[in-house]
Order: sequence, then C-alpha cells, then structure tokens
Amino acid sequence: MNNKKWIRITALQNIPLREGRSVNVAGREIAIFNLGDRVLAVDGRCPHKGGPLAEGIVTGDTVVCPLHAWKISLETGSVTKPEANPACVATYRTCMEAGVVLIELPEPSAANQSNPFLCGEQNRVASGDSPSPSPVF
Amino acid sequence: MTMEKLVVVGNGMAGVACVEQILKHAPKFEITIFGDETHVNYNRILLSSVLAGEKAADEIRLNSLEWYQSHGIELRLGVRITDVDAERKTVTGDDSSVTSFDKLLIATGSTPLIPPMEGTKKEGVFVFRNLDDTRVLLDRAAPGKKAVVIGGGLLGLEAARGLQVQGCDVTVVHLMDTLMERQLDLTGGGYLKAKMECLGVKVLLERNATAILGNGKAAGVAFKDGSGVEADFVVIAAGIRPNVELGRKAGLQVNRGIVVNDFMETSDPDVFAVGECVEHNGTCYGLVAPLFEQGKVLAATITGNRGPVYSGTIQAAKLKIMGVDVFSAGNFSEKVPGTDAVRYEDPALGVYKKLTVRDGKLAGVILVGDTSDSHRYMDWLRASTDLTAMRRQLLFPGPADDAGLDVAAMADSKVICGCNGVTKGTIIQAIHEKGINTLAQLKDCTRASTGCGSCTVVCQQLLKAVAPEFQEEAKKNLCKCVPFPEDKLREILRSQRLRSVQEVLEIYGNGVGCEVCKPALSYMVDMLWCGDHDEDRSARFINDRVHANIQKDGTFSVVPRIRGGVTSARELRRIADVAEKYKVPMVKITGSQRIDLLGVKKADLPQIWADLGMPSGQAYTKGVRMVKTCVGTDFCRFGVQDSTKAGIELERRLENMYTPHKLKMGAVGCPRNCAEATVKDIGIIGQEGSWQVVVGGAAGKKVRKADLLITVESTEEALQAATLFFQYYRENANFLERTYDFVERKGIETVRRETVYAPLAIQQGLRERLRKSKRISRDAWLEGDAPRHPTQFVQIEPLEKVQA
Repeated sequence: MNNKKWIRITALQNIPLREGRSVNVAGREIAIFNLGDRVLAVDGRCPHKGGPLAEGIVTGDTVVCPLHAWKISLETGSVTKPEANPACVATYRTCMEAGVVLIELPEPSAANQSNPFLCGEQNRVASGDSPSPSPVF
Repeated sequence: MTMEKLVVVGNGMAGVACVEQILKHAPKFEITIFGDETHVNYNRILLSSVLAGEKAADEIRLNSLEWYQSHGIELRLGVRITDVDAERKTVTGDDSSVTSFDKLLIATGSTPLIPPMEGTKKEGVFVFRNLDDTRVLLDRAAPGKKAVVIGGGLLGLEAARGLQVQGCDVTVVHLMDTLMERQLDLTGGGYLKAKMECLGVKVLLERNATAILGNGKAAGVAFKDGSGVEADFVVIAAGIRPNVELGRKAGLQVNRGIVVNDFMETSDPDVFAVGECVEHNGTCYGLVAPLFEQGKVLAATITGNRGPVYSGTIQAAKLKIMGVDVFSAGNFSEKVPGTDAVRYEDPALGVYKKLTVRDGKLAGVILVGDTSDSHRYMDWLRASTDLTAMRRQLLFPGPADDAGLDVAAMADSKVICGCNGVTKGTIIQAIHEKGINTLAQLKDCTRASTGCGSCTVVCQQLLKAVAPEFQEEAKKNLCKCVPFPEDKLREILRSQRLRSVQEVLEIYGNGVGCEVCKPALSYMVDMLWCGDHDEDRSARFINDRVHANIQKDGTFSVVPRIRGGVTSARELRRIADVAEKYKVPMVKITGSQRIDLLGVKKADLPQIWADLGMPSGQAYTKGVRMVKTCVGTDFCRFGVQDSTKAGIELERRLENMYTPHKLKMGAVGCPRNCAEATVKDIGIIGQEGSWQVVVGGAAGKKVRKADLLITVESTEEALQAATLFFQYYRENANFLERTYDFVERKGIETVRRETVYAPLAIQQGLRERLRKSKRISRDAWLEGDAPRHPTQFVQIEPLEKVQA
C-alpha cells in the first residue's frame, strides 16, 4: 500500500543539536528535532494549549512544551507529563539522504481517509519503502 | 566519706575541661582552682576573633562564676602558684598563701616564646596569648598605626589580621621561607601568603629579626641582613613554650614538657598534668583538641577508674581568619617512602588541596582556599579509612557518595566540637532534654559549633538523626538529573573547570538533563566563568534562544531597553513606526516604565530590533530588567537626590547581565518613594545628604519590604553598594531564587557582612568578577545581525513543496 510519501525537508545542519525547528509542509505544522544520533518529527503543537513544540527544551527523546512544560515523547508522540494523560501528538518517520532530512507524509488522498500517523503509532524504524534503507548517522 | 583535696593549677581550657570530666565521676574531691589571670575560664582560641572585633570579650567566656560555685569549686583568681613541695604536698602562691593537696593537677599551659633578640623588653613590644594581651592590643591598635608581627604561624597570622581589621598597617615577619610551615608545604604557604597580601597584610619571609629598634620604645625591627621595618608597636608570636617550672619543682620527669604516660600519669602518683604543658609520647601539643581527650583519660585515672588510655591526637589546625580558609592535619610530607601526593590547585581561585596517601590510607591533608571537606579528611585520618576504592574521589566526592560521617557509630564520649569540647553525648542529651530542633538552638544551648564552625556538618547530622522535628536549613538537590544542591554544584563546576552544560550532565548527571536543570546549569556556567563559558543554546529556554518573550500563541513580545524609563520623541516615533510596519497587535506600557510590543513573529524579530535601534530590555529572561526611577531633582519640587540620573547609571552598569531570577530595581529621589524602590530587588532611596541602599524587596507573588543594606553619602557609594550586592546575589543564590527569598534565607546580617562589610579583598573579588562578566556581556539583540545559528530566527521552508 503506497499511500505515503517521503518529503525532502531541509539540510540537517539547519537544525542545531538538541534543538527543534518547525516546518509547514502539506498543510501541517511539523516540529523536527535533531537528537544527535537521530532525527525525530512530531506534529508541531502541544495537545494541551497549542504551544509550539519546536521551541521546547529537548531532554533525551522528549520535548518540553515552552508554554506549560508538558512533556511529549518524540518517539511515541504521547504525553509523559502530566502522567497518565491520554493526549498525544502524531509522529512522523524520518530518514536522512545526503545530509538532508526527509519525513514521511501520507499522500493527500490518504489524508482524507484514516490517518495512519495518529498517536500510538510507534513504527519508528525506517522500512523498505524508504529511499535510504537506514538512517545515515 | 572524707573528700580528698584536689588542687588545680591553671584556670584555662585544659584545667577546667579536665575538672568538668572529673565532676562526671562520683564525687571524690574538694577542688580548688588557681588562675593567674583574673578572668573566669574563656575560650582562648577565640581571642583572635575578639581582636578582629568579631566577638566581644564576654562572648568567649566558657564557665561562669555560678558554674564554679554550683560545683563547690573554690576559685582563686589572680594568684600565680610559684612553688610546689611534693613531699609535704603543698603549693605556694605569689600571695604567700600555702595550700595543701592530696592530688595536684598541673594545667599551666604555655607561654609565648620570645626569640633571642635585643630590645624585647621595650615599651610597645607585646605578646598575644591571653585576654589581657588582647585588650592591650585592642587599645593600642588604631587606624594608620604600623604594627609588626614577628611570627608567621597560626597565631601570628590571626593577630596580624585582627590588627589589620582594627585599621593598622600590618607587616608579618617570618623566619622561614613559607608561612605556617608546620602546617603547610611551600605551595600551600604560597597560596596563603597571596591571600594575606590580598587582604592587605604585608608579608616578609626569611627575615631573621635580631633587634627591636627604638629609644626605650619600639620604633622598628632590625633584621640580620641589615634591613629593617618601621613599627609603632611589635607583637611577638613566634611560638609557645610549655610551662614546666612547677613540674620541675615537684620533681617530675620533664623533657620539653612534663612527661605523662598513656594514663596521663606523671612520674609522681599524686601529681598529674594536662594540656599544653605536658609531653606525651615525645609530643607537646599546642592545639585544643588534645586537651579534651587528655582530660577525659586523666579524669578516669585520678578518680580511681584507671583504664582508658590516651594514645595521642592527630594534629589538625584551622586558621581562623574570615575569608582565608586554611586547614591542615596529619603528616603532609611527601618525603616518607611510599607516599603519594594527590594535588589540586587553581591559582585564579586561590584553591590548593593536597592529600598525602600512604599504604592506601590518608596520611595528611592541606586545604587552602576551600576547607569545606575538612571533616571528611579528618574522619579518614582518625579512622585510617582504606581509600583504595575511593581513589578517584579523593578530592571530590562522587555523586551520591557524600553521606558524610556515620554519626550513629560514633561513641557518646567523642568530642564533636573541638573548640568547646562538646561531646556527642552532650549534644544528644541537650536535644532530648531541651527539645532542640535547630542548629541555632543547639549552638545557644551547648556552645557546639560556635567556635571555628568546622563541626557544623556533624552537628546537623546529629540533629537530623535525633531531633524529633529537625528543621534543616533545607538544601534541595537541583533535580534528579544532577543530584547535588546548587551550592555544591557551583563548587564542583568551579573546581573541575566545567564550562558547558552538557559536560556537567555527562560527568555529574544522567547525561540528559531536563527543563529544570539545563537552564539552571546554563546560568551557572555563565556566572562562574564570567561569560567565558561554552554557550549551549539547546540548554536555554526559548526566550533565551531568540531574546524575546514567548506568548500563549507562540508569538513573541519585544521590550526595548528604556533606561530609567526616560525616552525621547525620536525613540517613541521609531517604536510607533515599528508597531505599524509589523502590524504589532498590541502596544502596551508596562509596569516597569517601558513599552511592550506584543504578538510579534519570531522571523520578524531581527528586523524589528534593527528598526528600533534600541538595545534589548531583557524582559524575557532571568536577568537585569530595569531601574524604575522618579523624576528626581530635575523637575520634582521634593526630590533631594538625582534619582533619575543615578537610576540610569545603575541600569547602564548592570544591563545585559544574567541573574538567578529576574531582577528589578528602583531609584527614588526622596522618601516619598514614587518609583517604589522599597519593593524592588535592589532599591536606592535618596534622602537629604545620603542614600539608603535596600535589597530583597518584592511586589509580585509575594510582597516584601526591602531590607536596608547600608546608608552611604555619595551616589557613587550607593551604586557601588548596589552592584556589590548584585554580584553577591549572582554568585550565591540558587537559580530561580528571587532576592526576597535569597535575602531571607541568608539573613540581612550575613548579606551585609559578606558584601558591604566584607574584607576589602572579598569586595574586590566580587567587583572584579562582575567587571569581567560585564566586559564579556553584550546586548543580546546584536544577534539579530549576527545569529549564532543560521536558522535561529528563520522559518525553515521545506525543500519540496507538497499540496495539502
């Protein structure tokens, strides 16, 4: 089922180590983080009050929302603080190609159907349909 | 039961401490104490604090007259015992009195050693040994007087500093090539010399004083090399000599001191000796700790409970000069075969530490500039702790391994406070019986920890273990990621020269950090290295990455600096132009006499800053916000000081600096206080002919009237006092601790003592570090033109366009 697409976003060097940057792509605001050994991407707004996650402090593989310090796992998109919080943000698979960060988006047609990127998804490992078989770090 | 007669010669710390121990046994003696001084027993080791004006003479009293009375002790003050007849068991006083005894206790201490030189009998030549000497010196000391102290040991240096605090121009003359050579090696002595000189005490080494010059009255000191130094008076502190004459007259075996065995017995079964006048195992002690240990053993022996033995004391010395931390214990010589010396030194900070390790155990320790770990080392020395497994943490405890001494395992009889001879048992008893919960109460009740203060940690541990409602002066760890209190962390970062947040996290933390510790550590490295650190923006809150205040919708607010709230038509016009050009949704006058442009996009920030042409007002950060001013003398009918100008100058001197929390200031030209200086972190309040400098005020979540730091005459002095407190707050407050909490935690008295009333060198240190930080600091908005990172303010556009 090929209803996803890898999009070239920006050179990795545009995202400083342990920081995030926001991009608008295909009508979505996505926050991309450079964790040194990998790049992770989630929907850009905190499920609490819509804080810009790309501006948060990164702690391990979690980002802390700059508005009220909610913590969002960049791996799973789930809220880790406050605890036992059902809210979450969508996550996006990423990979690297010649120093450029790519993220995987649903095709426009697929977006109207069930969204495969909503919370709970944990398939972070790049699979065979990625242009580059594994992250190049 | 008939009581035996015990005569004690010597009413000093050793004799009385021993009597206190004897009283703990079953009553056996009628006690008479002779003292040649006219004072009740006082704490001799605090004489230097009296000289330095830190304590009053009556504050160092150890036993009151009532104490002697209540124990039925006959006290004979001002009587010097000049003779002993061991056969007939009598002592003779210089008042011709003859007193008989069954048992005699000699506790005559020691007298100052006067080195052979000419003219020591001249007027104006003093020693520094007892309370009367101290009073004479206090009387003699006056601003501008030239004082020469002969002897660069513990006592000489303390005397020198005391005289210098009294305003004298002091020179220390020392025979050896290094100060305190019995306690310090050459390097340590060098650090100490630098500290003393920094305080303003002159030090002359390798000078052999041969004569006191002057015609009947001291006018100078001549040295063997032909040189000399002028003096209005001279203090000889060249060591002590045990007072053994009575021992000789009693026919006891005497070497350098009166010889005693492990039971504290002399060669005569009815004559005992304790303290500085004795020699045990070839050693005469000149320090306080052995007195108590000896006294306890002697008390057992003399009361017929012979058993406990005295096996010598590890020599430990602490220099009691405020701001000059020196500690030495054990044998620091590296010459003994098989000795490893473990060293750490930092000339810039004046910190030198050396441990000598032999056979896997600590043999000696020297600490200069930082004696905070002295207890740990004393514990290792006393317990002969095997250090093999701790080899990597000798100079700095590893994380989570700072539990301190095991107070539970300590015997009740163990002396915790060496200065006052307070045992663990006494402390525990006081805690139980008097319901003590705080260190302050414990100090009042037992005197423990009121001397040099080096036992404070152990006292606190005892309180914690025993007191039902112990109120700790709470020391919270920064966070789980870096489990240390912030003051400890500052010390670690400084001593380990850690300059980046990530380094700290990797070495002392979990390697990851969080939103709590990262900004705190960012502040800490910036402050400690005066801006010369490795800045890591990822560890900063977003406001400090883009120098603007994030709003609820992710936009930012922009507040340019308007010093003292004074602006101009041109500035206002530029602000208005910016508001229109960038369609700023809200323009608001703030409570800080500034203008806030709210709802700005991140990408617009650099251009807005450029268009404004004004520096950052730091309204987004833990840093210097502003100085709110009133109109002072220019237009106001009531103003008596030019608060507007003073406020602008204060803001100029401190702007761009980061602080533990936001810092707001105020300057008012009269006590009407129109700019609310009394509820600011720092305020200066003009009055007729002077300024009050106040600190720790608040009118936010908490409302607090500021405390008076100092009142000074000139505007410059007011600014100096304010900036001194500013840097003190920067260096000593925990991150996110506002001045009102900080001042309350420290106590305004402490704040005063450590800032405006601190020794000059301490003040100079604060100023120098502030100067350095200020020099490196810059207007954060300059990054608009020269961003630290290419995408710092830039909205990233995807390389591929995709239709939504």
